[in-house]
Order: sequence, then structure tokens, then C-alpha cells
Amino acid sequence: MEKQLLKGNEAISEAAVRAGCRFYFGYPITPQNQIPEYMSKRMPEVDGCFLQAESEVAAINMVYGAGGSGARVMTSSSSPGISLKQEGISYIAAAEIPCVIVNMVRGGPGLGSIQPSQGDYFQSTRGGGHGDYRHIVLAPATVQEAVDLVHLAFDLADKYRMPVIIFGDGMIGQMMEPVELPPMQEVRTEFPDFATTGKRGKDRRVINSLYIETYQLEELINRLKSRYEQVEKNETMCEEYMTEDAEIILTAFGTVSRIAKNAVKQAREMGFKVGLLRPVTLWPFPTKIMASYANKDSVKRFIDIEMNDGQMLEDVKLAVNGAVKVDFIGKLGGIIPTPDEIIEMIKEDK
Amino acid sequence: MLEELIIAGFGGQGVLRLGQLIAYAGMVDGKEVSWLPSYGPEMRGGTANCNIMYSDAPIGSPIVTSATALITLNGPATDKFENTVRKGGDIFVNSSIVERKIERQDVNAYYIPANDIAIKLGNARIMNMVMLGAYLEKTNLFSVDIAEKALRHVLGASKEKLIPVNLDAMKEGAKYVK
Repeated sequence: MEKQLLKGNEAISEAAVRAGCRFYFGYPITPQNQIPEYMSKRMPEVDGCFLQAESEVAAINMVYGAGGSGARVMTSSSSPGISLKQEGISYIAAAEIPCVIVNMVRGGPGLGSIQPSQGDYFQSTRGGGHGDYRHIVLAPATVQEAVDLVHLAFDLADKYRMPVIIFGDGMIGQMMEPVELPPMQEVRTEFPDFATTGKRGKDRRVINSLYIETYQLEELINRLKSRYEQVEKNETMCEEYMTEDAEIILTAFGTVSRIAKNAVKQAREMGFKVGLLRPVTLWPFPTKIMASYANKDSVKRFIDIEMNDGQMLEDVKLAVNGAVKVDFIGKLGGIIPTPDEIIEMIKEDK
Repeated sequence: MLEELIIAGFGGQGVLRLGQLIAYAGMVDGKEVSWLPSYGPEMRGGTANCNIMYSDAPIGSPIVTSATALITLNGPATDKFENTVRKGGDIFVNSSIVERKIERQDVNAYYIPANDIAIKLGNARIMNMVMLGAYLEKTNLFSVDIAEKALRHVLGASKEKLIPVNLDAMKEGAKYVK
């Protein structure tokens, strides 16, 4: 397959089309505007539907509708826009509807900045909207991985009937790298058995998120919970980079993991035994993998690096569970850490 | 081999386009590449820059912190990025616009009146290609053949007629620093 040089946002869009996505609803916001721009041109070419909604709230409810009728559907936004979508995401989670949501995270809170950030980690991994729910969160570190994860996202959304978030940031969205795109997948003609495709002699299908009877809502949450346990068991992904003999374990995801990898290489040249654990799924979090490293005799210390004020840090600490010290480097407001800052922290023998 | 290049100037000077061309050439040449633009409330006349990684090995961070080379197209870009070039690195200055000399003594500075050369060739918009010619002459990052292939891709079929003048611009740039 020939490689193409694509921006992250464009690559994600084309990957979605090739995964059979034929419905895209969105509303513009930097730094993800190339996604709606690309979809506005591409969807008509494949007999799909591109619609720029009047707001993020409208867009996510259109996703709810298209997903409910059994279609592969995607929306995208960046942090403030994703906040607006949270009500709809909660409804979609309760209604057990598959969909893919791309968040090219920018600095927050508020309108914040348009530079890359990881400040939406809590929002994405804890549910984000109201109520007892989770959804899968995939965090690509390269444009190629973004393509691969978009494909996986549609499959996981269908398999577990839940929203899947692609958690990128401005840098992943804006940068260009060579990518190999997957082949075009056939659009499905058989719809899942929950889909409201017209009664046509079948039993009436209802998609709803309102449960007046408490025991019925409890039943739903228990059903979701057992599904989440399956997701945790089957779908957790974590890259282990030069960790085998490591005494210091770095933890980082997405954009920051690339800088951390540079730091690992440089630190190794200086004689430090350093490795990196990179969660690819932010939820489910690779707790067991991290715990197994924390409990190794050779591991002395963890250093977590993020572009926020310590959000994944809480999950890392829960996994490490006091076995070793966990230090932290957090860059705020859209500033990207440098390998040198990480090296300095490695040198400091705390 | 790892080339870490910064290209910087005003929006509209072809800063991002030149970077994309180099990244594409790298891909054609079988290298690992990344292209990272500055993005923000930028517009024509505002500042623009991009980081290009060009390597034999997979690319870690796409952010240039210690540049092997800088192509600078205006004064503010020169002030901003002169100090990000590593010792022994190369700085290519568009001396049609940048009035000052490079202050550092530990880098190689090349001065190319790229706007003037481009205007002489009859197309002010190929200034960035004059700079590319000079840059390739000194760094040999990739061959002119590869550059031509990349150009064909970046320009597309509708602008194929512009290829000769772009190649001429590269030749003139190369000649100037020979």
C-alpha cells in the first residue's frame, strides 16, 4: 500500500470513511477544523451525509439518532465543544448506542487556548456527562496510530454498544506524517438488532434513556457494569517501551509519550535505566500492567508526564498503590514539555 | 541521520508549503518524516513556522528543540529562531528581507537574496524555492530528482506548467551559494 503524507485530522477523517462511517455531524472549532472540512467534501463522494449542525448539542443528538438507526456515525470537536456534547454522550451511553467521537484536546478551562493539551483526561475517562457510565478512550501518539485506532474505535463501539472517544490533541491533529490507510470497507447492510430501521412486521424497537422505575435503571447500570468489566478484561492496551530492565518508569500518553521516548533514549545513553509505559487505552486504564512494574524489585521510581496538572497521575498512583514513589511533570495551558525537562527530573535522585 | 529543520517567516511566503514539500520528498526518498506547523490566529502577513524531522529511524518527538538547520525568511523569524540552531548548524537567510547578519559565530550562515532572484526569474512567489535550492546545495538532504517528484505531487496536475520555473528557482538558489 502506498503511503500518503496527511495531517492527523485528514487521516482520521479518511480512516473513518474507510471504516464504513457514512454520517458525520459536527460544528467548527480549532484545532480540529480539517475534520469537518474533509468530511464536507468526502461524504458526498461516498453517498454519505455531512451536516454542519447549528451547535455541538444538535450535532451529538444527530449522532444519537443515526447511531440508533444502526449506522456508523462520527462527530468531532475540541474541548469546549466536547463539554457541550456531554449531555448527549450520557444519553447515548444510557441508550447503549455505538458511535465514535474525536476530541482534539486544547487548553482549558473555559475557552482556554487553541494549543495542544491533555486537560480533558478526567472528563473523558470518568464519563464526562452525568450518571454512572464509562466509555472507551483511545489515545493515539502518531498519525498512523490515529488511523489504526479510528478503525478499531468503530469496531469496539459496535461490539460493546458504547461511545468510543479518540483522545488526540492539537499537535496530533495538525501535524503531517506518512500513513498507510486501510482498504475501503463495505458499508453494512445488515443492521444490529437494536436499530430502529422501521417496524416492517418486526417487534417494536424503542431506544430510550428514561427509566422511571428505579429497579429498571439499576438493571441497566448493572448491565453496563458487566459490559465495562468485559471491556477492561479484553481491550486494555499499553505500550511497554524499554521497560524490561528499567529502574525508572516514565508514564505518558499521546503527544507527550513521543517526547518521553526521546528522553528514554537520551537517558539510556547517559547510563540511566529508564523505560516508558504508554497507555493506548486511557479507559480501560492499564492498571494491572503498571502495578506489575511497580511491584518489581528493580523498579525504584515512576515519573508521570502530562500536559495538564496531574490527571492521569491519579490513575498511575492508584495502580502503583504506594509501592514506589511517583513524581510528576505537568505542563499547563498548551505548553509541550521538552526531553530536557524530563532528563532533569530523571537526574534528580529523589 | 536526523535532520531537524525549522522554516520560519511571514504567512504568505510559502513557509508551510516549503516544509510540506521537504517532508513529502523525504517520504518519496524512503525516510521517516514529520511536519508540524505553528498554528494559531495566524494569517497572511502574520508569523508562520514549521518543524520538519527527516530521519532514517522512526521519529520520536516531532518538535525541533535543537535545529540542525534554519531557513529564515524575515527579520522577526531570524530573531526568534537564531538561538535554536545547534552548534555547527546551518542558517539560510533570505537577505532580500532580513537586514541584519547572523550574530552567532558557531554556525554556518548563508545569505541568499531570494526575493530578488525570484523577481528576476519573473515570479516573486517562487522565493521559497530559491531558498530550497540553496539549502539542498549545502546539505544534500535529497536529490533534485526527488525534489522534482515531490513538486509534481504538491503542485498537482493543474499546476504542472509551473514546474520548470520552480526548478529554475532551485538552480539559481544553489548557484548563489556554490
